[in-house]
Amino acid sequence: MDRASIGKTAWLALVTAGLLFALILGTLLVTSWGMNWRAAVALAVPMSALAQGIAWAARFTCRSNPLGRKEGWRIALTHIVAGMVLDSLWVATGRALAQSIDSGLGMTNTYKQYVALQSHLYGVGFSYYLLAVAFHYMLFAQQESQAAQERALESTMRAREAELSALKAQINPHFLYNSLNSISALTSIDPARARDMCVALADFLRLTLGMGEKAVIPLCDELALLDKYCAIEKVRFGDRLTLQEDVTEETKECLLPPLLLQPLFENAVVHGIAQMPEGGWIRLQAARNGDRLSVTVENSWDPEAGGSRKNGVGLKNVQRRLEARYGNQAQLQANAEDNVFRVRLQFPAETETSK
Amino acid sequence: MSAAEKKWKALIVDDEELARKLLREMLSSHPEIEIAAECGNGMEAVKAAAEHKPDLLFLDVQMPKLTGFDVLELIEREGVAVIFVTAYDQYAMKAFDVHAVDYLLKPFSRERFEAALERAKSQGPKRALDASELSAAARPAGQFAERIVVKDGTKVTLIPVSKLDYAEALDDYVSLASEGKKHLKQQTISGLEMALDPALFVRIHRSYVVNLERVARIEPYGKDSKVAILTNGVKLPVSRAGFTRLKKLLDEKA
Repeated sequence: MDRASIGKTAWLALVTAGLLFALILGTLLVTSWGMNWRAAVALAVPMSALAQGIAWAARFTCRSNPLGRKEGWRIALTHIVAGMVLDSLWVATGRALAQSIDSGLGMTNTYKQYVALQSHLYGVGFSYYLLAVAFHYMLFAQQESQAAQERALESTMRAREAELSALKAQINPHFLYNSLNSISALTSIDPARARDMCVALADFLRLTLGMGEKAVIPLCDELALLDKYCAIEKVRFGDRLTLQEDVTEETKECLLPPLLLQPLFENAVVHGIAQMPEGGWIRLQAARNGDRLSVTVENSWDPEAGGSRKNGVGLKNVQRRLEARYGNQAQLQANAEDNVFRVRLQFPAETETSK
Repeated sequence: MSAAEKKWKALIVDDEELARKLLREMLSSHPEIEIAAECGNGMEAVKAAAEHKPDLLFLDVQMPKLTGFDVLELIEREGVAVIFVTAYDQYAMKAFDVHAVDYLLKPFSRERFEAALERAKSQGPKRALDASELSAAARPAGQFAERIVVKDGTKVTLIPVSKLDYAEALDDYVSLASEGKKHLKQQTISGLEMALDPALFVRIHRSYVVNLERVARIEPYGKDSKVAILTNGVKLPVSRAGFTRLKKLLDEKA
């Protein structure tokens, strides 16, 4: 059921309740309290309509007093007061109605009879208000759980989307075409290296495609992928690319979403190394601090060559994937200073055994 | 001398050594083409082009500091046939198609290479490309130049657009005022205006484009003209149409 159909249900319930209420009240007035049936109809129909108005009004007192967000006695008090006020209005209107029925339909004892059963009517009105309150709270709860379901669905969808676009981003067409061009050049210059590069590229593709299906992988697997990636880029850039790795042994078993670091390396190559004629370096650091894992990717960077990439698509993607998995337990910081571009990720350290 | 006998001087410009080697290898079966120089970046290319005056230019698009488009803007284009060489870049490819520029997509076959070479040779140098028009076409819509490349003699300067105070049209050149200096560039002021973000730069006069952030105030000047006074005290004439544009932009910002 969606929201609109819940609203429709409420309306339908109201109309049904109105008819039933009029029928029951009319029958009671005639059979139990001995009222003339014409007077009973003239009284029961408008009073039922009014009672539905009260039931509808209960919707607003319920909405402004959501369950579980205020103390119970406060809510109860609000409803008792509201119920009593609305109830007295209802009974008073009925009394005025009874009076006008006497004068309008030329009867004599409707008013007298009405006053006699006023105490019953107080009870009826008040109980009806409480019934309506219960009904509305139930409806709200249903809406709430539905909205929660929708939210959960949406967040899974978003995580999935981030996942997909991350995968698509991995296999950057530029990277592929440039690598193929390097192979094309090597085939005549150095066939053995051409073969090595083909193998490296195939390994990289295989790892990339294989990892995408897993939710998390150990850091050492991601490192193996980065190795392949860098081996390929080193063929292209030669001496222009230097790599440094400072990864502590204990971090290698820590889990992280697959292909989380590769886009950071790709950024470092595309926006850092490739923009500097003399080349540059990439440094990867990973350290565990208690239950937190911190991974830093730094690269030399020429502020004059390219704009800042703090708002780049690649970074946003990494951020979204971190959020999708760790929520607010993960942080991503990117900053550029002194010709170094640095991205630091921090998130909970999990291992296969601790999971 | 017929086209076939003519000796061609070529420059190979690519930041990847392997890519240069590949071109050199493919050119090795063409004795009529002499490779005057290989350049690993745009700066070298600009220098080599001035020195060797090549007839043929193999030009990588994505290179550090100066892109292939920048290089094209900075060299003497008369009499040079240009073949762009690039890995996939949808915007650049569109621009090449529109401006009928030859290009090779990496990796390319020998046939494709021969065809491009043949076309470059048989057609000879086409009408000199308007390099700034080409580079503007290669930018995705809504993206504007982040810097302007200028050559003062042999020195290449990159001016970030945020440091450009104003530009003045001088016949076939524009004079770019930045940090107290003026740089001359062979470009039309309309071409420059097109490359700049219209939210930051405004054409206040037939001959002037100004950086909006530098405008301190506008004062009346004479009977119905106005003058813009920049934060550094420079006064620039403002035409009536220029004033309308300026006012509209300032109102939008306010």
